[in-house]
Amino acid sequence: SAHHRLARVDIYEKLPVPFGLVRFGVAPDHPEVKNVINTFTQTAHSDRCAYYGNVTIGKDVMVKELQRAYHAVVLSYGAEDNQILGIPGENLSTVYSARAFVGWYNGLPENRDLKPDLSSETAVVLGQGNVALDVARVLLSPLDILRTDITEGSLAAIACSKVKRVWLVGRRGPLQVAFTIKELREMINLPGTRPLLDPADFTGLGDVIKDVPRPRKRLTELMIKSALEKPGEKEAARWASATKEWGLKFQRSPLEVLPAADGKQARGIRMAVTRLEGSGESARAVPTGEVEELECRLILSSIGYRSLPLDSSIPFDPKLGIIPNSLGRVQGAPGLYCSGWVKRGPTGVIITTMNDSFDTAQSVLEDLQMGVLNLSNSKEGFKSVRSILHSRGVHPVTFSDWEKIDAAEVARGKLAGKPREKIVDPQEMLQLISH
Amino acid sequence: MAGRRPRKGGGGTEALGPLAGGKCWRVGWGGADRVAVSVSSASSIFSMWLALTSCNLFDSSVDRMTVHFINRDGERLTATAKEGESLLEVVVNQNLGIDGFGACEGTLACSTCHLIFEEDVFQKLDTITDEELDMLDLAYGLTDTSRLGCQVCVKKAMDGLTVQVPVEVADMRRELEVEKQSK
Repeated sequence: SAHHRLARVDIYEKLPVPFGLVRFGVAPDHPEVKNVINTFTQTAHSDRCAYYGNVTIGKDVMVKELQRAYHAVVLSYGAEDNQILGIPGENLSTVYSARAFVGWYNGLPENRDLKPDLSSETAVVLGQGNVALDVARVLLSPLDILRTDITEGSLAAIACSKVKRVWLVGRRGPLQVAFTIKELREMINLPGTRPLLDPADFTGLGDVIKDVPRPRKRLTELMIKSALEKPGEKEAARWASATKEWGLKFQRSPLEVLPAADGKQARGIRMAVTRLEGSGESARAVPTGEVEELECRLILSSIGYRSLPLDSSIPFDPKLGIIPNSLGRVQGAPGLYCSGWVKRGPTGVIITTMNDSFDTAQSVLEDLQMGVLNLSNSKEGFKSVRSILHSRGVHPVTFSDWEKIDAAEVARGKLAGKPREKIVDPQEMLQLISH
Repeated sequence: MAGRRPRKGGGGTEALGPLAGGKCWRVGWGGADRVAVSVSSASSIFSMWLALTSCNLFDSSVDRMTVHFINRDGERLTATAKEGESLLEVVVNQNLGIDGFGACEGTLACSTCHLIFEEDVFQKLDTITDEELDMLDLAYGLTDTSRLGCQVCVKKAMDGLTVQVPVEVADMRRELEVEKQSK
């Protein structure tokens, strides 16, 4: 709203606390990525912006009621679910989505009771994106690196973990990995660990990437170097003394999670060996008929997040998992917009989503300026929403309420030598601000 | 200064100059620069006081450069910069209206301070580190003369420098959409 002097923006959020994935998705050992919270906080402090947490759209107030109260409504509720594997055994007790595991160590209230089984040596992560690397790194990091804003409960569980080896398994090859170079470099340099990269996967790859765009080229070169080149003295010493390891397995597509004798836990995973048809980003993995089994108990599925439809009145494309839109304008619904993962799909880093939000904002501004949004009807904004919420017994959490919760988390963290100790129970949050 | 080290949590080091007895750390940035100073000898205390109080009063014009930023909409934003300031710091300290610039506050955890330089200026910049390249690789509209603004420090020879804020992919798609619609 820096571009429009009179615009007022109210933000509604399901949880009492703001910031979404910046608080609950970004890994605890990546605090610099969370610096963007300062920019968000500055925006929230504007007298033309208000934050209302503890309000679930679609339950406490409906989108149609919001549309009556506001000239424009922007849906940016992201992707709260995950893609499913669709294979037998995926509901065995020691198989988890990476989304739930990340939520667990980041203090997302709905995942606080996950109690992941960390009692066996080998873990398999299905997927080769940055979330897969995050999960592997959290499982294998020395505890002093992890002691950040990770929750006390999950840190204690990881301290007792028996996990020593993490495989990241992908259906396609090294040229199709979805993780990025900074995260890969971090993994290669992780103290106390050694990488397990099969030279056969990388031989001859150097020639293939000669003319590929720089980002893919550098990423592949780093993998090739780590797999084929003799390590320097320091690195060799670190690898020799490492007690934990991680590796990449390529061209393996999960077929079935195999049950243990008790029929409840997993004992391994059966995978189809694939070959690639086509090349680059559009290469397809085709089964060869060969099959392989990998022994493991802990399996983390990291194959993508997924958006859910909000309520039946909002158009939703279940195949693409997005709200159908054109430049952020929801199709067939004037005055309704969308931005972020629910608009474009659940991939991208902060800059991607930020640019996307600016794009939607541009559409809203254009519609304001061109009279597409009828400003001659004055709208009540939060005034009418407040009475709706009140009649339904819902108490919104304001930004200054959040700041009290924030201060309490920082104070508790100080006692534990951490930047904050996250409160994971929404009831405790509400009690703290006496709701 | 050969290539600025990535700064964790916004801290960084720079020498204040011959007046100061010890090194001067910039603690965070933003509206107010708080300066924490370590003193190496008693005789430096007076020099330190002099340095701290003279910081903003006696900056000669030689120490200030002019930098131009061409914003995404083509508007030219002109700012004064102190020698040694990163281009991100210039944008922040001078309150330039560039949307979403510097989200991670100069810690090499994003690519939102991506800037495009003229070829001859680009060649003279300090060598790029792997850490900067890693983040630059994720930037939209990457060019052969792209750098991250948080890693490029203003030098005297850069007086009058012009840099381009890249047009984001989202904007380009918008232009194509509009073109399509008007046909």
